[in-house]
Amino acid sequence: MTTAADKKNREWLITGPSLIWLLLFFVIPTLIVFAIAFKPSTPFGGIGAGWTLTTLFDLSNPNYPAIIWRTVWISLVSTIICLLLAVPCGYCIARARRRSRNILLMLVIVPFWTNFLIRIFAWKVLLHPEGLLKQALVFLHLCSPDATLLYNSAAVLLVIIYTYLPFAILPIYAAAEKFDYSLIEASRDLGATRFRSFTHVFLPGISRGVWTAALMVFIPALGAYVIPDIVGGPAGEMIGNKIAQRTFVDRNLPHASALAALLTLAVMIPLMITLVRNRLPETDHRKKGKRIVE
Amino acid sequence: MSDFLVFEGVSKRYGETQAVDSVTFSINRGEIFSLLGPSGCGKTTLLRCCAGFEDPDSGRIILDGKDITGLPPHRRKVNTVFQNYALFPHLSIRENIAFGPRTAGWTRGETDKEVSRMLELIQMEEYADRKVTEISGGQKQRIAIARALINRPQVLLLDEPLAALDLKLRQRMLVELDSIHDEVGITFVYVTHDQGEAMGISDRIAAMNLGHIEQIGTPAEIYEAPRSSFVAAFIGDTNFFDGTVTEVMDGSYCRLRIDGFPDVLAWNDKGLQVNNAVHLSLRPEKFNISREQPDALPNRNVVQGTVEDIIYLGSHTKYWVRVEDYRLGIHHQHSRYLLDTRPITWNEKVWISWFADDSYMMERYKPEDENLLVLPDMEVEEEVLPV
Repeated sequence: MTTAADKKNREWLITGPSLIWLLLFFVIPTLIVFAIAFKPSTPFGGIGAGWTLTTLFDLSNPNYPAIIWRTVWISLVSTIICLLLAVPCGYCIARARRRSRNILLMLVIVPFWTNFLIRIFAWKVLLHPEGLLKQALVFLHLCSPDATLLYNSAAVLLVIIYTYLPFAILPIYAAAEKFDYSLIEASRDLGATRFRSFTHVFLPGISRGVWTAALMVFIPALGAYVIPDIVGGPAGEMIGNKIAQRTFVDRNLPHASALAALLTLAVMIPLMITLVRNRLPETDHRKKGKRIVE
Repeated sequence: MSDFLVFEGVSKRYGETQAVDSVTFSINRGEIFSLLGPSGCGKTTLLRCCAGFEDPDSGRIILDGKDITGLPPHRRKVNTVFQNYALFPHLSIRENIAFGPRTAGWTRGETDKEVSRMLELIQMEEYADRKVTEISGGQKQRIAIARALINRPQVLLLDEPLAALDLKLRQRMLVELDSIHDEVGITFVYVTHDQGEAMGISDRIAAMNLGHIEQIGTPAEIYEAPRSSFVAAFIGDTNFFDGTVTEVMDGSYCRLRIDGFPDVLAWNDKGLQVNNAVHLSLRPEKFNISREQPDALPNRNVVQGTVEDIIYLGSHTKYWVRVEDYRLGIHHQHSRYLLDTRPITWNEKVWISWFADDSYMMERYKPEDENLLVLPDMEVEEEVLPV
């Protein structure tokens, strides 16, 4: 016989190690970053003594709004495009026969076998004015010979989508695989077209997978640094590049920390929204249930 | 109104399996029509063809004079109650019921009114705003029916609707379904493998086996006058005898010789001649079992046997009695004085009697009807098989 207290203790015992890990390597470092943002900088790249708010005022740098805006829209657009691509992909993989399903899943995972940096450099080669993709598009009269594919926001968007698409497909696939497809038949039976069944039954049914996928793209995209650094150029700079620049070039750690803290908060907000959303159905109907009782 | 829903030479093949083989029958307006058979007999395939989830390879389905064969599911005035209910988990009960009307673009007022009416019909008004995950199986069943009925279908298809419920609830839901049918008066097509359900609710039953319909009839016709040994064995319990006619007598009786069993007298409604082979079915409740020898009557068969097994079931007792090479299954109802009597017990010699009119003969079919004598793989009670 186990009492509720026993069960509670065992739960703590099981989750304890990971909690300690999170505390040591995530919570404390994040708090340090937040703290450094309120420290003065020293001319030689160190952190001065005492506390100051000057760094926060420095954030009103006139260049920042444009960069933050670009970071946000690139992240949002790449998330939306990834979802638009991942939902049909996840659906098809989930509906495929077992054999082809495994092959399709392999195809999604295969890019991970090649180093991330090498794949981005490959894009640089493809998008280069003399590169294969550019030449092919010019040959097909799909773009003018003068157009630049590299070193702009579009290049950053493209490579972010390319990089994070698998992270969007996998959770959607997992949700689509568990989805009860007799519900689609039920909705068709009740007069819904294929499209309406998709939007009113399938999408709500896999909504958790979609939200997870959205986070899996949006959060890394917000913090992207390597991708805009390699294919973005000055016109495709994102907030991640600014943080790196403040750290390595300016050696102004408090300023970099302030930007990083800003980014962390920006990431936490959508995360919180999702958490609340995912818990919502439960609380929601509890409330309704109560109303009935009353 | 007959010929309301007509299946005309409908066939469907899945790979190697001929699920439905050129089936033709028609269903009357307003009746409860059951498709009854073991799993794999093609009943669900017929239902899915009717709903539009499957297209028959050949044949036509005609509803109220209109050919609906090629129509997609959402364009048929047919709704389905699914075996697992298939309620939408992201919607409340009210929203589930309102799904069809909303899709069809009813006005808000009309939708609300109809949903309330449906909730009242299934007596679940107070649950309207619950999630479908918080209600019981029987309640889900009722929601599924309401969700289908609100669309005012011409035909309601029910795919094993009670299979997931326990026995008591099943019996209650059966009565409820019947009263809902009385209320709405639309045609029900009921698919089940449970003969009790089919007998209880149907106006007519189509007994299916191996992609064919073996017999269509009222529950009583199917039970008392089964066309094939499959029907006799699948619907209720029965005892089979293989025999040959040795003598045709006046008054439509004939005498049969059965290997490993005494000669028996049977009602010759098929007009058989001497030397015709006969397949005879005798329901277990037609027997009388007694310790004393019953009086001889002209049309009464009397044999003697030894009791091998007894199962007391309250409403009746099942006896298995050895008579030469046969092991007869017998159902016997007791009077209220059972406790005051000395009951028949194991290894006792007993007299078995039955009237010749109570046996039912199926003539040996022609070779092309061969499958009518083939029993599919199914749980057959021991008693139906001669040892």
